[in-house]
Amino acid sequence: MASILAVDDSASMLQMVAFTLKGAGYDVVEATDGQYALDIAKTRGVDLVITDVNMPRMDGITLIGELRKLPSYKFTPLLMLTTESSPEKKQQGRAAGATGWIVKPFNPDQLLNTVKKVLG
Amino acid sequence: MTIDMAQFHQVFFDESFEGLDIMESGLLEMDPGSADPEQINSIFRAAHSIKGGSGTFGFTNIADFTHVMETLLDEMRDGRRQVTAEAVNVLLASVDVLREMLTATSEDAEVDPERVKAQKAELDRILAGGAAAVEVAEPDSTEEACASSEQTGWHIVFRPHSHMMRTGNDPLRLIRELGSLGELSVEVDLESLLPLSEYEPEDSYLSWDLHLKGDISKEQIDDIFDWVEDDCDLSIAPICPAQKAPAAAPETASEPAPKTEIKAAPAPDERREGGDRRTSDRRGSVKKPATGGGTSSIRVDITKIDVLINMVGELVITQSMLSMMGEEFDISQIERLREGLAQLERHTREMQESVMQIRMLPISFTFSRFPRLVHDLSTKMGKQIELKMTGETTEVDKTVIEKIGDPLVHLVRNSLDHGIEMPEERVAAGKPEQGTVELNAYHRGGNIIIEIKDDGKGLNRDLLLEKAIERGLVPSDAILSDQQIYELIFAAGFSTAETVSDVSGRGVGMDVVRRNINELGGSIEIHSEMGVGSSFIIRLPLTLAILDGQTVSIGSETYIVPLVSIIESIQVKENMVNMLAGKGETFKLREEYLPIVRLHEILGVNDAKAKELNEGLLVVVEGEGRRCGLFVDDLLGQQQVVIKSLEANYRKISGLSGATILGDGSVALILDIPGLIRMAGNASSAFSKDVRKSA
Repeated sequence: MASILAVDDSASMLQMVAFTLKGAGYDVVEATDGQYALDIAKTRGVDLVITDVNMPRMDGITLIGELRKLPSYKFTPLLMLTTESSPEKKQQGRAAGATGWIVKPFNPDQLLNTVKKVLG
Repeated sequence: MTIDMAQFHQVFFDESFEGLDIMESGLLEMDPGSADPEQINSIFRAAHSIKGGSGTFGFTNIADFTHVMETLLDEMRDGRRQVTAEAVNVLLASVDVLREMLTATSEDAEVDPERVKAQKAELDRILAGGAAAVEVAEPDSTEEACASSEQTGWHIVFRPHSHMMRTGNDPLRLIRELGSLGELSVEVDLESLLPLSEYEPEDSYLSWDLHLKGDISKEQIDDIFDWVEDDCDLSIAPICPAQKAPAAAPETASEPAPKTEIKAAPAPDERREGGDRRTSDRRGSVKKPATGGGTSSIRVDITKIDVLINMVGELVITQSMLSMMGEEFDISQIERLREGLAQLERHTREMQESVMQIRMLPISFTFSRFPRLVHDLSTKMGKQIELKMTGETTEVDKTVIEKIGDPLVHLVRNSLDHGIEMPEERVAAGKPEQGTVELNAYHRGGNIIIEIKDDGKGLNRDLLLEKAIERGLVPSDAILSDQQIYELIFAAGFSTAETVSDVSGRGVGMDVVRRNINELGGSIEIHSEMGVGSSFIIRLPLTLAILDGQTVSIGSETYIVPLVSIIESIQVKENMVNMLAGKGETFKLREEYLPIVRLHEILGVNDAKAKELNEGLLVVVEGEGRRCGLFVDDLLGQQQVVIKSLEANYRKISGLSGATILGDGSVALILDIPGLIRMAGNASSAFSKDVRKSA
């Protein structure tokens, strides 16, 4: 099963995302900020990254930019969790190389549908 | 797949309350005019997380409210809006409302919608004033509708930019998704495909002409292309039966699926399995007791748990070593046995200490409320006050954290209200306009000391005495030391504020403050100098589960007297003892008459060795401001004892506060000093006795 790196500084969101994905059989790796996620991504490959945007240490957009620079993440789908209120964030994310976004608030089914869509 | 979202609620509430604390302290530190962007960012982030979580977990009212706060913070963060004192105050008040909303929601209660509405209006007012938010106008894609409104489908021309796949978007995926909406015919345009020699395998060269039939809304198609709208040229036009599709006419028969299928998104092949899968890094923070009722839980720094686990490991090793030795014990091993036992003892003691550490929380849990309190009150009173806090990391027992809050609030309020003068008054007295209140916490000799110090006007000795005489608390001709006069403020119903203010209440507090502190096994003292300031020093035991005790013997029984309550131990002589009418047996200790409590009588010990006063010892103890002499056979020694509750194991017995198990396995009872003094039936305090004597 595909492996997914979930990144969020909010424990409740991270738990929800991880629980949902694990329940669907994915192998989920969790990280609580961008820097930590980048460290994990460098040591092991993942098939998909789902990251929150606003985080301490390294935000999600920087993480996406950094990941895209790594050869093994050139084509990996990188999704950001964002809120409706920030169209400029989407723009910045896209410029950094984000594949797409999941708009908060979302429910587990929406999350799973998007993940299935991206992972094919 | 249905997932019960309720299972994440507690975590959401916990982190949201943490977020609120971050917002509050951040806002308090914020300097209007020149705010630190990183600081605003951290406040914004907290609001943002609360909003995201509350939306996701279905608390829409919280999400809506936080959204307005977030918008304001966002504008401040981007520099589109000045950070004004007014805006900060409104945000602080909003944090309070948000806290109420979260608390109510976590308790399945309702928060007053009017209050929320009013606060939201305040935020909107701030948002409406000043530099307006730059509206991001969404480009309005003019949609051509079919004249006959009998649209049969959509004609889509999709031309990915060469770099599209490098965002992880696979054109084929999008086409497949379109296919899932309805009947799709696909034509691939190979025109831009380069010869193999110039071909860049990571780029996209194809474009597609798509006809999608069915009752499909434009939004459904927009959704599919949402992620890539900037990474491709896209035209979406309705197909109307009467007219031909406006864009590119499909002349040739649709080709079979593109042969030139570019394998997109190569999954990273080298997957190094077994990489470290650290679980989410729980910051080693400890959480204040859950706001919403329920069981009292504690979040413990992971390092403390690690130490404990390590210790258990050591203990297991020692245990197995000893049991191996026990299997075939030979007297020659006696030396090793001793070593092993010594090791066991050391590990047990270390383990006891580290288990105790788990109950310890940094005093910052209590201190954290003060910046806000000082900010709000000083604004209200028109005083300029700086709060300095040191030693926030000092660790105290969890119960102390829970119980010391209210007394501290009371003392700080007093300092602000009665201590620090108005700015003009301060200037006139040659002091800086801004007053200072200090909160310090530190360890000293097995105690925790908390100091509340201000540089205000100090306690007015004469005024205090005058009031006390007026209220009949002391005789009019009493001669008291400064310290004794200061102690008067702890008497019930004593207030010197000329007008009762809503800040420090009505003088019902100080006696309660002292009682609360005493209940924690602590004490409070006052130092003050007219015109210079006052300080209140609270001394608390390090932990409530362990007590420093003095063991005393009465007959064959051993009792524990809490060391903090002991003043001294003396041998009484005949000439020191008096019988006072209605007061029973007393003895004169320096200029003071103290009641004698014959413990063997109260506790019913029949085999006491000392029946006459000159045969035993008097332990002079103090509790709740009163003193007495406890008559015992002998002093044994001092030791730390672990307090076991009597109520939990038996029932409450007056005069006893608990029990402990001594080294030899026997049970010793711990004396409740204030209770014993009350039992001695002496209502008058040592202090007023002193007054009576001087009078």
